[in-house]
Amino acid sequence: MTSFKKQIKAPDMSTVGYWVRSGAPWVWLNAAAVSASILLVVGLLTLIAVRGLGHFWPAAVYEVSYQQPDGAVATFAGQVREREDVLTSRLRESGLQLDTDAETVERILFKTGNRDLTGQDFRWVLTPGIRSMPAPEDLVVLEREEWGAFFGRVVAVKHAGEPVAMDDPWVAFQESLERTRGLREQIEDLEKDQIGSINYRMERLRLAERKLELNAVTDANEYAAIEDEREQLQARYHELEQSLIELNTAIRRDAVVMRTSDGQEAELSMSTVIDAWRPNAMSLPRQLGHYAHSAWAFVTEDPREANTEGGIFPAIYGTVLMVLLMTVVVTPFGVIAGVYLREYAKQGILTRTIRIAVNNLAGVPSIVYGVFGLGFFVYTLGGSIDQLFFEAALPSPTFGTGGIFWASLTLALLTLPVVIVSTEEGLSRIPRSIREGSLALGATQWETLWRTIIPMASPGIMTGLILAVARAAGEVAPLMLVGVVKLAPSLPLDGDYPFLHPERKFMHLGFHIYDVGFQSPNVEAARPLVYATALLLVVVIVLLNMVAIHVRNGLREKYKGLES
Amino acid sequence: MNDAKQNTAEAPSNPGRRAAAEERISVQVKNLNLFYDRTVKALDDVSLDIPDRKVTAFIGPSGCGKSTLLRCFNRMNDLIDNCVIEGKILIEGRNIQKKKVDVAELRRQVGMVFQKPNPFPKSIYENVAYGLRIQGINKRRVLDETVEWALRGAALWEEVKDRLQEPAFGLSGGQQQRLVIARAIAVQPRVILLDEPCSALDPISTLKVEELIHDLKKDYTIIIVTHNMQQAARVSDKTAFMYLGKMIEYGETDQIFTNPAEKRTEDYITGRYG
Repeated sequence: MTSFKKQIKAPDMSTVGYWVRSGAPWVWLNAAAVSASILLVVGLLTLIAVRGLGHFWPAAVYEVSYQQPDGAVATFAGQVREREDVLTSRLRESGLQLDTDAETVERILFKTGNRDLTGQDFRWVLTPGIRSMPAPEDLVVLEREEWGAFFGRVVAVKHAGEPVAMDDPWVAFQESLERTRGLREQIEDLEKDQIGSINYRMERLRLAERKLELNAVTDANEYAAIEDEREQLQARYHELEQSLIELNTAIRRDAVVMRTSDGQEAELSMSTVIDAWRPNAMSLPRQLGHYAHSAWAFVTEDPREANTEGGIFPAIYGTVLMVLLMTVVVTPFGVIAGVYLREYAKQGILTRTIRIAVNNLAGVPSIVYGVFGLGFFVYTLGGSIDQLFFEAALPSPTFGTGGIFWASLTLALLTLPVVIVSTEEGLSRIPRSIREGSLALGATQWETLWRTIIPMASPGIMTGLILAVARAAGEVAPLMLVGVVKLAPSLPLDGDYPFLHPERKFMHLGFHIYDVGFQSPNVEAARPLVYATALLLVVVIVLLNMVAIHVRNGLREKYKGLES
Repeated sequence: MNDAKQNTAEAPSNPGRRAAAEERISVQVKNLNLFYDRTVKALDDVSLDIPDRKVTAFIGPSGCGKSTLLRCFNRMNDLIDNCVIEGKILIEGRNIQKKKVDVAELRRQVGMVFQKPNPFPKSIYENVAYGLRIQGINKRRVLDETVEWALRGAALWEEVKDRLQEPAFGLSGGQQQRLVIARAIAVQPRVILLDEPCSALDPISTLKVEELIHDLKKDYTIIIVTHNMQQAARVSDKTAFMYLGKMIEYGETDQIFTNPAEKRTEDYITGRYG
C-alpha cells in the first residue's frame, strides 16, 4: 500500500517537460497556424477591397502651387493618390538642393489628368515645395471617352460654335451634358443592338447563300428568297444609318471651353464628355450617390479605351457563363466516371492505377490543359466541325478557333479529377448496411445506385463541384489559349437566334486583371481598376460558391442521419 | 383487409399446404462448403432442413459461420469477392446456387433484416414502399394499402400512422428495426432472415420484436441468428448449434436446450465457452 501511494504522487506541474507532455504547445501551434491563415486571407481581402473600392470615390481635387527645385512656381490641379517619406540623402544624391535638416521628406503623388495637354497622368511633389493647396469648389472633373480625366474650370459652353449666354457656365454645361447623354444612349442602342443585330443577320444570310452554292443548289427561288430578305435588311440598315448620322451630327453640336489651373484653355466636344462632377462642392450624401453610381456603372457597362476606363460587364458575364457551362459538362462526366470506378469496376491494380492517374491529373499545370485544349478541342475537333457543318464560313473558322465552349470543355477537363475524387469519396461514405438493405429487398445494383446511393452521395458530389467552380473561375492561363480575348465585340449569350453562341470568344475577369494590370498603355492609372476587378472576381467566385453550398446544405438536410 | 392481403400472398402456393405444414420443408441445405478468399473455410459440410412456417434459430460463438450461412440463403455473399460456395441450397425445391437464378427475384422471396436497423434516408412511407416501387408498383392506392398492411404486420402502424411522411431516422432504434421488418414483409417474401435483429436494441424493444417474430411465423418461414440463448429458447421452434463452421447439432429447441445430444452443445448453452 505504501509503495503504491509513493508511485502516484502529484507530478511537478511547473516543469517544461510536464507542459510539453500536457499537449498545450501542440494546441498553441494549431491555433497559431489557423490565426496566421485567417490573418493572411483577411489581410489580402482587405487590401483588395480598400484599394478597389476607393477607386469610385469622388476624391477632392486640389489646386497645387508648387515651387519646383529650379525655383519656378507651377500650378496644377490633382487628386492625392499616395504619400510617402523619402530619405533626404537619397534626394540629394539625385541632385536636388534641399534646405532641410530632417532625415526624411514627405512626397505626394498627384493624379493630374489632362494627359492630352501635359502628356502625363501623375506627378510626384515634395511637400516642402508646396506653396498652397486649396480645394476650390468650382474645379470640375471630366470623365472623357479618351485621354483619361480632365481637371479644370468651365469657362463657356458653345452651341454649334456660338457661345451660350448664361450667367453660370456650370448650369449651361450641365444642361448640355444631360442632352448629350440622352443622345449617346440612343447612338449606343442603334449601333450595338439594332445595327449589330442586322449585321449578324446579314452574315447568316451570306452563309446560307454560300451553303446553297456549295451544295450546288440551282433553284433560283431559294436564292431569290435570300436576296429578298437581304434587300429588306439593307433598307432597314439604310434607315438606321440615316438616323445614326443625324444623331451623330446632333451630339457634335455642343462644345465646352475649359481652363486648366495653369491657365491653358481647351475646347472639348461634348460628345467626348461622359460625366462631370465638382468633387469639392459635393456634400456627403451626393458623394455617396456619385460613389454608388460609378460603382454600378463599373459593374454594368462595357469597357472603354483599351479596358482602362468604363465597366467590366462583359467580363463578369463571360466568367459566370463559362463556369456554368463548365459545371454542366463536368458534373455528369465526373459523376459517371466516379460511380464506375467505385461501384462497378473490379477493384485491383488497374483501378488503383487509374485512381493515381486521376489524382495526378489534378497536379498538371493548367497551361498544359490550355495547350491540350488548343490542340485537341480547337484545332482537331473544332476544325472537323467546321469542315462538316460550317463549310460556308470557311476559310474563316467558326469552331476552329477559341471560343467559350472550348474554354468550358478545357476547364471541365481541368476540374474533372476533383469531381471524380469527391464522387468516389461520397460513395465510399455510404454505409454498407444501406446497400445491403436495398439489395435484400430485391433491388438490382443499378436500382440501388439510382434510388439510394447516388442521392445519398449527392452532398459529397456537390462538395466536389464547389471546389471545381472555385478552381475554374479563378483559372486564367489555359483560357488565354482557348478563347479569352481582351475585348469581345458581342456577348456569348444574347438576343440573336440561337441565343447561346458557344463558338464566340469571350471576356474573363481573371484575364481582364492581367490585361489591365500589365498590358494596358497606362498601367499606373489602371491600377485601382485592377484591384476593383480582383475584388469583383472574388465576389463572383464567392457568390457562385454560395449558391453551390446552399444546394449542398439542402441535400444534406434531406439525407441527414447518414452519420448516425 | 389484413386477411385478404395475406391470402393473396399465399395464393400461388399449394392450397392444401397448411394441413401438411408440420413436415413441409422450406429451405434445404445439402453438404454446403463455403470459402472466403478461396482458401479460408467458413462453412464445413453443412446440411440441414428448415421447416416451413417455423422459427429456426442459429446459435454458436462468434465467427462460427452462422451469419455466413444465413447470408447464403439470399445470396448476399455474392457481394464478397473471391467467395466460393460448394454444395446445394434448395428453397422450396429450387436450387438457388444456379447461375441463371435471378438474384433480385430470389431476394424478393427471401427477405432479410440486419443486425443494425438500416432504414433509407427517406420517409417512413417511402421506406416501406421501396421494395414495391422497385417492382414497378406505383399506384397510390396499392401502395397505401400495402404500406398500412406491412406496418400493421410489423406492429408499428399505431405508432407511426400520423407521421408516415416524416423521415425514418426520427424513429427510435426499436421502431426502426420494426420498420425494417415492415419493409421486408411489404414485398411478401416466403422466408425472412433475421441477422441478430435485437443486438442493438434495448430490452423493451427486444420484447416487441420477439412478439412480432412470434406473430410472423404464422405466415413466413423465419430464420434467426442470435447470440442470446434465452432469445433462441424463447422464440424458436428449432435450433441449430454451429461451431467452427460445422453444424454440430440441429433439432427441436426444447430438446437442444434441455437435453442436448452433443457435449459441445451442452458446454455452449451452459456457458462453459463461447
